[in-house]
Amino acid sequence: MSASPDRRRGAAGLFAGRAFVLARRRLAQALPVILLVLVGNFLLLKLAPGDAVDAYIAAIGGGDAGLVAKLRADYGLDQPAIVQLGLYLWKILRLDLGQSLSLGQPVLTLILERLPNTLLLMASSISLAFGLGIALGVAAARRAGRPEDTAIITLGLIVYATPGFWLGLMLIVIFAVKLAWLPVSGIETIASTLTGFERILDIARHLVLPTVSLALVYVAIYMRLMRAGMLEVYGLDFVRTAKAKGLTDDRIAYRHVLPNAILPMVTMLGLQFGTLLGGSVVIESVFSIPGIGRLAYESVIGRDLNLLLGIVFISALLVITVNLIVDLLYARLDPRIESA
Amino acid sequence: MARPPRLNRRILIQGAIGAAGSSFLPWRAYAQGKRGGVLMVAADTDPAHWNGAILASNGVFFVSSKVLEPLADQAFGGNGLKPVLATSWTPAADGRSITFQLRSGVKWHDGKDFTSADVAFSAMEIWKKLQNFGRVLFKDLEAVETPNATTAIFRFSKPIPSQLIVNALPAVSTVVPKHLYENTDAAQPTHPQNQKPVGTGPYTFAEHKRGEFVRLERNPNYWAPNQPLVDRILYRKMADKGAVAAAHESGDIHLSCFSAVSTPDAIRLGKVKGLEVTAKGYEGILYTATVEINHRRKELADLRVRRAIRHAIDPKFMLDTVFNGFGSIATGPVPASGAPFYTTDVPQYAFDPARAEALLDEAGYKKGADGNRFALKLLPAPFFEQTRLTGDYLRQALRRIGIDVQIESNDAPGHLNKVYKDHAFDLAVAALVYRNDPAISTTVLYRSGTPAGAFFTNQYGYADPEMDKLIDQAASEINDAERTKLYVAFQKKVMSDLPIIPLVDFPFLSVVSEKVVNHHNTPRWPCSSWADVSLA
Repeated sequence: MSASPDRRRGAAGLFAGRAFVLARRRLAQALPVILLVLVGNFLLLKLAPGDAVDAYIAAIGGGDAGLVAKLRADYGLDQPAIVQLGLYLWKILRLDLGQSLSLGQPVLTLILERLPNTLLLMASSISLAFGLGIALGVAAARRAGRPEDTAIITLGLIVYATPGFWLGLMLIVIFAVKLAWLPVSGIETIASTLTGFERILDIARHLVLPTVSLALVYVAIYMRLMRAGMLEVYGLDFVRTAKAKGLTDDRIAYRHVLPNAILPMVTMLGLQFGTLLGGSVVIESVFSIPGIGRLAYESVIGRDLNLLLGIVFISALLVITVNLIVDLLYARLDPRIESA
Repeated sequence: MARPPRLNRRILIQGAIGAAGSSFLPWRAYAQGKRGGVLMVAADTDPAHWNGAILASNGVFFVSSKVLEPLADQAFGGNGLKPVLATSWTPAADGRSITFQLRSGVKWHDGKDFTSADVAFSAMEIWKKLQNFGRVLFKDLEAVETPNATTAIFRFSKPIPSQLIVNALPAVSTVVPKHLYENTDAAQPTHPQNQKPVGTGPYTFAEHKRGEFVRLERNPNYWAPNQPLVDRILYRKMADKGAVAAAHESGDIHLSCFSAVSTPDAIRLGKVKGLEVTAKGYEGILYTATVEINHRRKELADLRVRRAIRHAIDPKFMLDTVFNGFGSIATGPVPASGAPFYTTDVPQYAFDPARAEALLDEAGYKKGADGNRFALKLLPAPFFEQTRLTGDYLRQALRRIGIDVQIESNDAPGHLNKVYKDHAFDLAVAALVYRNDPAISTTVLYRSGTPAGAFFTNQYGYADPEMDKLIDQAASEINDAERTKLYVAFQKKVMSDLPIIPLVDFPFLSVVSEKVVNHHNTPRWPCSSWADVSLA
C-alpha cells in the first residue's frame, strides 16, 4: 500500500484505475484459458464414438451409404481431426461460430435466442439463493446452538440433499397441477399476444417454480457459509470491543459482523456462476425452458461440434466476465485487497 | 356417467392385432366434429428442418404431415392405402411404369395450383436425390412424364415391383411445390421453404420458435370439404417425460404421441379422469424388440446356441413386464399388421430353459465350475426405455442357462458405431421398425454384403447364400402374388436360421384428452394429416 499514482485521483479514480488494470490482466489470462477449453472440448467430443452425421442418420431412422458420405463431405467431417480443429479456430478468430449441423441454423443465432432465458433464470435464482442464504445464515448464527439454529441447519441439509429435478417435478405437481396457481412449464405463454407489463408478469409467473427449484440447493450452501463466517467474526477482538462499548446486538450483527463475514460469499458467488450454468440443464429440461444448458446437452448427444464449441466459447466469456466483476466487487468491499 | 367407456389395455392390444384383418372399423371414425379450438400437443423433437420429403422420419412427419401431403397415406381396411394427392395409381404389366391420377382443384398455401409438374419435380429432384429412403427406392426412376396437369407417369429403367412403390408411398411420396424449390439448393436446412414449408395440407405452417413451439393454422382453402376442423395446432417442445405427464394432468396439453410419457406414467394417466392412453394409431410404424447377434463370435455362429438363446427367453413375460402389456409377441420379422405378407406358418420356439441347456450341452458348451458356459457382451439400444429393460431381462434369462451376460450402455451415436460399424458387441437389443413392406428396411437386416457403417443393416456377420437369393428374387419380382410368396418363404427362413431374434412387436403410446375427437384412426396416425380431428 505504498504511494501509488492512483492515490491522487481519489477513491473513484482509484477504483477505475484498478478496474482497468484488473480487466487487462484478466483478459490476458483469459485467452489461453479459452483456447484450452475449446481444444479440450473438441478432443473430448472427438473421442466419443460417432460423429454428427451418425447422430443425424440415427435421428431420421437410417439412410444409405451414399447419403452418409455426401453429408460428411458437406460438413467437412471427412477431413482429419487436426485440420477440422485448425479450421474451427481460424473461424473463431474471425468471430464466426459457424453452422449447427443438427439444428441447421447459425450457431450464433441459436445461442442468442436461448441465452436471455438462461441468464434470466440464473439471475433470478442466484439472487434468491444469495438473499435467502444470507438471511437464514445470519438468523442461524445469531441463535447458534439453539433449536432455531438446528432447525435451519437441518432444513438446509434436507434441501441440499434433494435432487433439483425431483424438487422441480414435486413443485410442478403441487403448485401447477394440484393447486393450479402457476404454469406447468415454458418461459412464457406460447404464441401469446401479450405485450409490455402483461408479458413481464407472464414471464415472472413462469419463472417462479424453476427459480425456486434451481435456487434451493444453493440456499443451503450460502446459508452454511454465511453462518460459519458470522460465527468466525463474532469471535474476533473488535466484536468484543463493540460489545464492551455497549452496542446493541442488532447493531453489532448488521454493522460490524455481517459486512466482514460477507466476503467469502462473494467468492462463492463467482465460483457458483459456472456451476449454475451447468445445473440449469436439468431445470431447463424439467420446465421445458429453451435455454443454453439444454442446447449444450443436445449438442453433445447430436455430436454437434460447432454448436458445442460455440456454447463453450460464449459460456467461458460469461464466466470470465462475471469473475472479473466479482474481483472488482471484492476490492470495493474490502479496501485492503488491491487488484491482486 | 355419460362419459364413453375408456379403453383398457387389453382391448387396445386386441384392436392392434385386429387391425391386421381387413374388416376393422376405424375407431370413432364417424364421430361428428365441431369447428374451432386450439389443439395443444407435446413434441420432443426439433429437427434440422420440416421438409418431410427430404427427412422421411417420424419426428419430422409429426409436424410436417399436416402441412405437406403425400400421394397416398396408410388406412385401416381395404388395400391399406387411402388416396391423398393421388386419386389412383395403375402399375403397367411390365413393371416399368406406374401412372398416377392426381387430385384436381388442389392449391398450394400460397394460392398457386398443384399440378403434375410438382409431383415430377418432387420425385426426380427431391425423393430420388435427397431423401433417406427415396435414394434407394427410386434409384431406377428414369423420368416422370406429365401428359397433363393431373397425370404423372413414373418410368423406371428396369422392371420394379410396383407393390413396393405403392406400399412405400405414405412415407416417401411427400410432394413439395416446384415453384418454390426450382433452381435453389433444396438440401440446405436453412432453405426458407424447409424452415417454413408451403404445402397443400389442411394446416399452414405459421411460426416456429426453436426449442419452444411450432404453430400451425387452419388452411381455409383445403381441398377436402368441411376440413380441417381445428383452428390452430400448437406443438409445445417438452424434453422431460415427467413434465409432459404433469402438463397432461393440468390440462395444458391435449395430446402427446410417440411415448412422450414413460410407460408407468402412461398407465397412471390412463386412470385420470378425462384422459385416455392408447396404443392404436401406430400399427403402420410398429417396432420390433430384437436380439441382434454377432456371428463373428464362434459360439453365436452355431445355430444350436442361437436357438438355445431363443428357448431361454419368455416373450410373454417380457410383454407383461417390460412392455406393460402394450404390444404383441413377434412371430417373425414382419409384424401381424404387415398384410399381405404376414404369416404365422413359421418355426416356433417355446419358452423352455431345459431345452436351451440341452442345446448348449449338445453344442459342446458345458457349464464350468462357476455355473457359466461362456460370457457375452450385451449392448441395449439407448433409444427406448423398452430396449434398455429388455437388456436387463435378457441378462437374467441367459444367466439362468449359464450364459454370463455383461451389459454395456452407450449413447445413441456410440451405440450405433459400436454395433453397426466396429462390430464391438456379442449381443445387442434393437428396436427395428417395419415400414409397410419388407423391402424398405427389413430385408437389409438379413442380406449379406452391406459395407460396415450402414446403420440398421446386417452388420451381424451373417451370410447365407439361400437367404441372399430369396431376398434378391423378391426385390426384382414384379408379380404381387409371387412377391408375397417369396416374403412368406423369407419369414420362414429367418425363423429357422434365427440370424437375429425378433421378440416383441411394440407400439408407441399416446396420451389424449377426451376433448379430442377422431384421433388414432389410421395406422400411422401421428404422421397423418389430422384433417378430421376436432375438439369437443
